[in-house]
Amino acid sequence: MLTDKAGQDAYKAPSPGISAENPRRTGGNLVQLISPEGERISHPEFDLWVSDVTDEQLCSLYEDMTVIRRIDAEATALQRQGELALWPPLLGQEASQIGSGRALRDDDFVFPSYRDNGVAYCRGVEPMDLVRAWRGNASSGWDPYRHNIATQQIIIGSQSLHATGYAMGIQHDGSDSVAVAFFGDGATSEGDVSEAMVFAASFQVPVVFICQNNHWAISEPVRIQSHIQIADRASGFGIPSMRVDGNDVLAVLAVTRIALDRARKGGGPTFIEAVTYRMGPHTTADDPTRYRDANELEDWAAKDPIARLKALLRTKGLLTEEVEAKTQAKADEVARNLRAGVINMPDPAPLDLFNHVYSTPNSWIERQKDHYSRYLESFSGSTQEGAL
Amino acid sequence: MSKLTFARAINAGLRKSLENDPKVVLMGEDIGALGGVFRVTDGLQKDFGKHRVVDTPLAESAIIGTAVGLAYRGYRPVCEIQFDGFIYPAFDQIVSQVAKMHYRTQGRVKMPITIRVPFGGGIGSPEHHSESPEAYFTHTSGLRVISVSNPQDAYTMIQQAIASDDPVLYFEPKRRYHDKGEVDETADLFTALSMEKARVVSPGSDVTLVAYGPLVKTASDAAMAASDEGISVEVIDLRSLAPIDFPAVEASVRKTGRLVITHEAAQSGGLGAEIAASITERCFNYLESAPVRITGFDIPYPYSKLEMHHLPDLDRILDGVDRALGRGNSLSGLEG
Ligand SMILES: Cc1ncc(C[n+]2csc(CCOP(=O)(O)OP(=O)(O)O)c2C)c(N)n1
Repeated sequence: MLTDKAGQDAYKAPSPGISAENPRRTGGNLVQLISPEGERISHPEFDLWVSDVTDEQLCSLYEDMTVIRRIDAEATALQRQGELALWPPLLGQEASQIGSGRALRDDDFVFPSYRDNGVAYCRGVEPMDLVRAWRGNASSGWDPYRHNIATQQIIIGSQSLHATGYAMGIQHDGSDSVAVAFFGDGATSEGDVSEAMVFAASFQVPVVFICQNNHWAISEPVRIQSHIQIADRASGFGIPSMRVDGNDVLAVLAVTRIALDRARKGGGPTFIEAVTYRMGPHTTADDPTRYRDANELEDWAAKDPIARLKALLRTKGLLTEEVEAKTQAKADEVARNLRAGVINMPDPAPLDLFNHVYSTPNSWIERQKDHYSRYLESFSGSTQEGAL
Repeated sequence: MSKLTFARAINAGLRKSLENDPKVVLMGEDIGALGGVFRVTDGLQKDFGKHRVVDTPLAESAIIGTAVGLAYRGYRPVCEIQFDGFIYPAFDQIVSQVAKMHYRTQGRVKMPITIRVPFGGGIGSPEHHSESPEAYFTHTSGLRVISVSNPQDAYTMIQQAIASDDPVLYFEPKRRYHDKGEVDETADLFTALSMEKARVVSPGSDVTLVAYGPLVKTASDAAMAASDEGISVEVIDLRSLAPIDFPAVEASVRKTGRLVITHEAAQSGGLGAEIAASITERCFNYLESAPVRITGFDIPYPYSKLEMHHLPDLDRILDGVDRALGRGNSLSGLEG
């Protein structure tokens, strides 16, 4: 695993890091370290940021991406079978989520959107907890403080402000952890994302904005959201940005590390645009054939993030039968457990409805809870009568 | 005891909270060097520093949205919305995030955020500066909404709001900012009357008159005028608008049998409707007449030369009291 323990960086930040001090914009050129064909492309600056990645760690990135793709496929299937009410697939975005998720330190804090299950997986959230809310069994699947990741956000862009506020707190505490916001390309049109960038730049707080440009916001193509490249938005706020191939796990790891390092050293916010593609539907409720061309999907399938890493591993002689078998076995096991867990998940108790609205008692809710529980109790009597 | 204006009393309460708890941070537009447009935060940045009293960029959604992130990290943000009419850009963060976070996270994440809102009319301001948006927030579960009516309450209730683990909207009647009153700054927060409780301002036996915020003073003046006519009006200051202390109102109505409610906000869907309905449900048999609402009209807040017609004043309240008592009033003879 690449995820660091608090305070100990697994990699040594290159110094003096040109990129660290000034992660210059990369213009139209995507940062890329693995080509779509799976060749390792060397780059004088960015290579430094992944020079510590061992063969074993490359294999573990492959495993993570394979497992999260399997979780995603299983959850999609569970939705089709009526076991989940809805599911937002991340198919195609594995590299952008695992590459960034694995760059984080334990004490960094993530504010994700509904699609960032791969990031949550990197934070240690149990697969079962990823689906709890989508089954309708809980409003959130996990304890944010246990995994240092907020619960999923559905209001588009909202979490960018929460991350910025959290980063204001980090700055105030004098800590060197970082807050990270994940959102989509559509979200950059929302006022909250702009306001978050204003606050982040004005106060120079340790926040990293990671925009996964997956080219679509439900049915709206990215060109409806932005007339310029999304990464270019940030410069207007005085925030340096990087544009990275979001299907290249090493490149995403490198740029995320650069941004985190900069934030830890007091260098303020960074904006990352991870250029990727959502290969599935927006959620299981929509039909992408209504709005997008099959050729487009084909083009992007050729840039598949997992196939690419697999090809690299193969060239390097790392994709042994043993590694492949182990990876597939793990994915199979996770999927099996997820299916069993979902099917056996107990329904919540009716009166849970009223819990946690407030942290201290509230006379209105208590009265309603009391009245409703009496109402429910009235049935236990009548069932018996009916039985007589 | 010291005699303080309303604004100074809130200032003193904020100061005390800043002193007592290093996690308290103030955020808002112009609250630093200027001390806020109403000077409520006067001198606090000088004494506590720019990190505790933060002049923010002009972005209301961000003021509340970043407060959510700060609360996530264990801070207790106190946000100032400069004027009532500017709270709407922050509405989403308040109702979708602040209000629901505790519920959504099943109690794991607390949102001890206080949102101070100077509200209400009567100061001759241009548009967007005199609104009474409280009902939008009382309709949202997860928020506590309070409104203060006098310097002593202003002083203690701001501290109670900040100490609350739940989010609190704290509505300050801006036309009362310069009113003076006795404030006991040694008052112990936890023995002081809880912000959840309503208070009987003046006892009476003929009619219950419910008010909050800026109209408590107007209601008290009306009660005094009524007593000259031999009518005994019991004035209740709600203090908490969500939840409303219904048992207190109920006890009064059981005694008087009559209910008049007054607020500046528009009538339809307002708090008066909620109070009338709830009290009717709870003590229908004690009511001798239908509850009466004396409120602002269902219009956008008018330009200032007309605001005195819009705002309930002493005479309109007395007219309502007459209605509740079945005495001659402006609507006498009207059917329905
Ligand atoms: C404030 C708000 N408006 C609209 C929606 C409905 N909605 C849900 S997802 C979505 C598209 C978001 O696209 P993007 O930000 O690119 O993220 P992606 O789904 O592609 O990951 C929309 C419009 C919402 N959840 N929140």
